[in-house]
Amino acid sequence: MLSRVAESIYWMSRQMERAENLARFLEVTLNLTLDQPENLIDPWGPLVEVTGDTPAFVEKYGVPTQQSVVNFLAFDPDYHSSMLTCLRAARENAKSVRETLSSEAFEQINEFYHFVSDASASQITDPTAAFFDNVRQYSLLWSGILDSTMSHDMAWHFANVGRLLERADKTSRILDVKYFNLLPNVSDVGTALDDLQWSALLLAISGFEAYRREHHLVNIEKVVSFFLFHRTFPRSVRSCVAGAHWSLSEIEQMSNSDEPGQAIAQIEAIRHRLSEADVKEVITRGVHQFVDLVQIELNQIGESLNYDYFNAPRPV
Amino acid sequence: MASSSSQSQNSQSQSQRADGSSPAIRAPRLANYQCEGFFDELVDDRTVARPDAESLVALINSLPPEELLRRQNAIERSLYQMGITFTVYSDEAGTEKIMPFDVVPRIISAMLWQHIEAGLKQRIMALNRFLADIYGDQKIIDDGIIPRDIIESAPAFLKECVGLRPPGGVWCHITGTDLVRDNTGAVYVLEDNLRCPSGVSYVLQNRHVMKRNFPQVFGASRVRPVNDYPSRLYSMLQAIAPEGVTSPTIAVLTPGVYNSAYYEHSYLAQQMGVELVEGRDLVVEDDVVFMRTTDGLQQVDVLYRRVDDTFIDPETFREDSCLGVAGLMRAYRAGNIALANAPGTGVADDKVVYAYVPAMIRYYLDEEPILANVPTYICQREEDRKYVLDNLDKLVVKAAGESGGYGILIGPHATPVERAEFADKIRNDPRNYIAQPTLQLSRVPTLAGGNLEGRHVDLRPYILCSGPDDIWVMPGGLTRVALKKGSLVVNSSQGGGSKDTWVAAEEGQEIAPDWQDE
Repeated sequence: MLSRVAESIYWMSRQMERAENLARFLEVTLNLTLDQPENLIDPWGPLVEVTGDTPAFVEKYGVPTQQSVVNFLAFDPDYHSSMLTCLRAARENAKSVRETLSSEAFEQINEFYHFVSDASASQITDPTAAFFDNVRQYSLLWSGILDSTMSHDMAWHFANVGRLLERADKTSRILDVKYFNLLPNVSDVGTALDDLQWSALLLAISGFEAYRREHHLVNIEKVVSFFLFHRTFPRSVRSCVAGAHWSLSEIEQMSNSDEPGQAIAQIEAIRHRLSEADVKEVITRGVHQFVDLVQIELNQIGESLNYDYFNAPRPV
Repeated sequence: MASSSSQSQNSQSQSQRADGSSPAIRAPRLANYQCEGFFDELVDDRTVARPDAESLVALINSLPPEELLRRQNAIERSLYQMGITFTVYSDEAGTEKIMPFDVVPRIISAMLWQHIEAGLKQRIMALNRFLADIYGDQKIIDDGIIPRDIIESAPAFLKECVGLRPPGGVWCHITGTDLVRDNTGAVYVLEDNLRCPSGVSYVLQNRHVMKRNFPQVFGASRVRPVNDYPSRLYSMLQAIAPEGVTSPTIAVLTPGVYNSAYYEHSYLAQQMGVELVEGRDLVVEDDVVFMRTTDGLQQVDVLYRRVDDTFIDPETFREDSCLGVAGLMRAYRAGNIALANAPGTGVADDKVVYAYVPAMIRYYLDEEPILANVPTYICQREEDRKYVLDNLDKLVVKAAGESGGYGILIGPHATPVERAEFADKIRNDPRNYIAQPTLQLSRVPTLAGGNLEGRHVDLRPYILCSGPDDIWVMPGGLTRVALKKGSLVVNSSQGGGSKDTWVAAEEGQEIAPDWQDE
């Protein structure tokens, strides 16, 4: 397929996933503030930290409040990674590869974008608003449409790689930042355990019910393990990486190149480490350090895709 | 000039039922509608439905008044949801609009269509002969039919194309010809679009949404299908592949996502199942065109290019173009790629050259033109210029090199100051202007504020040509409608909209299947 098309599909898919994750974060946090009227901890600051764009936020809004954070993450047209800008960019990318997508897929992005772009900040700062429910429905529809109306050919695999790399990154980020805010010291494990807080964390990745079925009670070690190493839950880092690995191998197989690309080797390495890691050791050495490394490696895979498929035309 | 076209009109209005009853007794009258002295496509001057429009008029009469508007809104909403929109350039927020759509279709009788189709085929044949001649031996100039300086001063005449011989001698593979009907119902050719005519995607989408909203009347009206256009386009592109290539790689070349016709480019590529490429996706090596893919370079054999001539190759034409690919013309000359349409075809849709098309038909085919041109004054001719300058208040003046409704003076509607300005322009650059009498364009009932009012229309059928004997005319085309009351300007850039166009089938002809069958 055309290199430009592969790249646009990959980004379209990342941007859709990014928008969905932002909605998840905001929804969970709004629910959290409802359950916790005394505001024991500030839920809004960490949410900005998840993005890694705190300086941009502070410059424009100052102190994180419900209103300002919702504005920033959901509707800010100037912020390069707000839900609205992600959807707009995803739609632009979708437009540029429209002939490769199923009509249903394009129409879904188009409607999703119009829905969010027509909404106003005031609608969503009322936590009872149906807005986030709708957004989640749109996201689920999008995943379903992508999977069931497109051939699982090279284009779909590039979309899948984009979606899963983004998802792995976001799952690791939410664990990282929340982990530090909720439990700054390993010695606090078990003492300051707040069922509510950790449940909220699991809700953000739609993992609450799956976790409960396996472990029943909230336990920091098990939560960390669920986030990073769960073998089958579709939002755990390990499961995302495994899926991306599968799609990359399919792409490698479909392309006629003689030597394997860099990306496939890198993702094999992460996948291997995630399946071998021991959660106790990770917690002892520092969740943040572990997660940071995973994120850096995921980024490198993105760069390798550029080299392997999107840019340099390989000789015939 | 209009004799041949008005003839078919007469036979249409004189048509009689098999049972001998007068149409006026049985055919429904369109309620509360006024023709106001204009020729109407759906009803006669007593607002009685023309034969092929009877089911439609009966349906409209049977609907509660707000129902048409409701269906129109539903259709416009679904066009918006499908993202069939164009970006409004002047708007910084990138506002998107659909091309306004009118729910009342325009219906063309089988007999009138036969006449139009024959006329268009004849015209395309002559235009192709003309292009081959003008970039070849130039006999038509030597024989004194067209003055040399008219051709050589045409901005779209490309010296770089002289001596080129496109495969099969075909230059214009895809044409969109604009037709109008006047107060008597006579059909005239208003202009030929031989470069990158757009709008065919609207025809296909309009039909799609109309079928969903008016399935019953559709079947009853025996409408001929248009949805095989992408297959026909694909077959045509396949047929023009360079010699020896049996299964060609075909691609559509677009200027990119910011072009106002981008939706169409992407839609056609999708419907044909071929790649949609931009200039930056292509590279020419050793006179062979390749596209950059995830597997490396892949050869392209046929390009349906929707990029204007002078932008397709910075090496040959405009150096500053980033839309094309350097070396494309080298590959074309070497016979390694087919281009549709061939570069250089634009010379034949220069508005001054247009005036000579009837002469071309006589010269190359030794036939009388079936479809008439609108009478045209060429300002470069002294006599014509004098007449034009003396009668600006009666004429439409057009700049030869403009399109999209720009560079036009509609004399009767213009102020004296505007007319004086145009007179200066004509005196300063007579080669660039032609003038035509103001035609009272035919009208079609159109929703305006919930009521049906007559609005002026034109028609752009699309014609595919893969060889001198292989010309296909889409049954129907894009009916553009001037939505503003009294306006004669139908361009979408000037507030025009579109309508579905129904060509009635003759006995035994294929009709459009119900949408459920698709």
